[in-house]
Amino acid sequence: MPDTLPVPIEILLVEDNPGDARLTREALRDAKVRNNLYVVPDGVEALAFLQRQGKHAAAPKPDLILLDLNLPKKDGREVLEEIKQNDEFRHIPVVILTTSQAEKDIIESYRLRANAFVTKPVDLEQFLKVVRSIEHFWLEIVKLSRI
Amino acid sequence: MNAVAGGVPIEVLLVEDSADDAALTRRALDQGKVRNRVHHVTSGVEALARLRRQGRFADAPPPDLILLDLNLPGMDGRELLRIIKADERLRHIPVVVVTGSEVDADVLSSYQQHANAYVKKPIATKEFLEAVNSIEQFWLQIVRLP
Repeated sequence: MPDTLPVPIEILLVEDNPGDARLTREALRDAKVRNNLYVVPDGVEALAFLQRQGKHAAAPKPDLILLDLNLPKKDGREVLEEIKQNDEFRHIPVVILTTSQAEKDIIESYRLRANAFVTKPVDLEQFLKVVRSIEHFWLEIVKLSRI
Repeated sequence: MNAVAGGVPIEVLLVEDSADDAALTRRALDQGKVRNRVHHVTSGVEALARLRRQGRFADAPPPDLILLDLNLPGMDGRELLRIIKADERLRHIPVVVVTGSEVDADVLSSYQQHANAYVKKPIATKEFLEAVNSIEQFWLQIVRLP
């Protein structure tokens, strides 16, 4: 298992549904590994966060990105593609977290280099279980590249 | 979630040259909730032949998930990862690197070469089994595989 890192893991959540964002925050608050969650509501702002533009000038470089697919302004597929084509960001794991379970979205996301594709359960308890499972795997088991 | 306990088994390709580590991985996956079949190969060349269904692998099912060691005889895991992720017919298959290395350069370059996740193999047996259990829980129970 990875050592408990002294520095908190920085997580960027790109999610336009405030309810889902709130639930994700609640599930991550109880995590064993210290983490900071930043939420942006659309694809344009996600890229601004990564590039530290405008009000995101002091934003940390995220260690992990949780990305919804269906987003206003710029959708998750475009954001994913831009992250994975950018030498500065492509090493950052991107976990797709979406209500979609369409085969087309799954295969397209993996082709665009999503690190994992997770369907958001509608049921509250299941939703929390899924976020905790993401937390357990990506924060406690995986070795992230923190540069 | 892949709630298909009784459905079609998930095909896992394990690329691992250590017989001990392969046996432990198989044991942990056998105990998983989701039905799966582990196909074990010991080298990068053999893994690629299987993925491309060459020779004796003509009828091999395509894997749903690949667990890849980095340090392998002959073609190593780094090279194999690069080939898989550059191949239009293979690059959608999730590759979880499971390796003894925790060198920062290996972690970074694996992610840059589009490894889906990087897991450092714990040395102690109990922790090794727990790590494989966690891989099983996330990749077989939570993730939607292509």
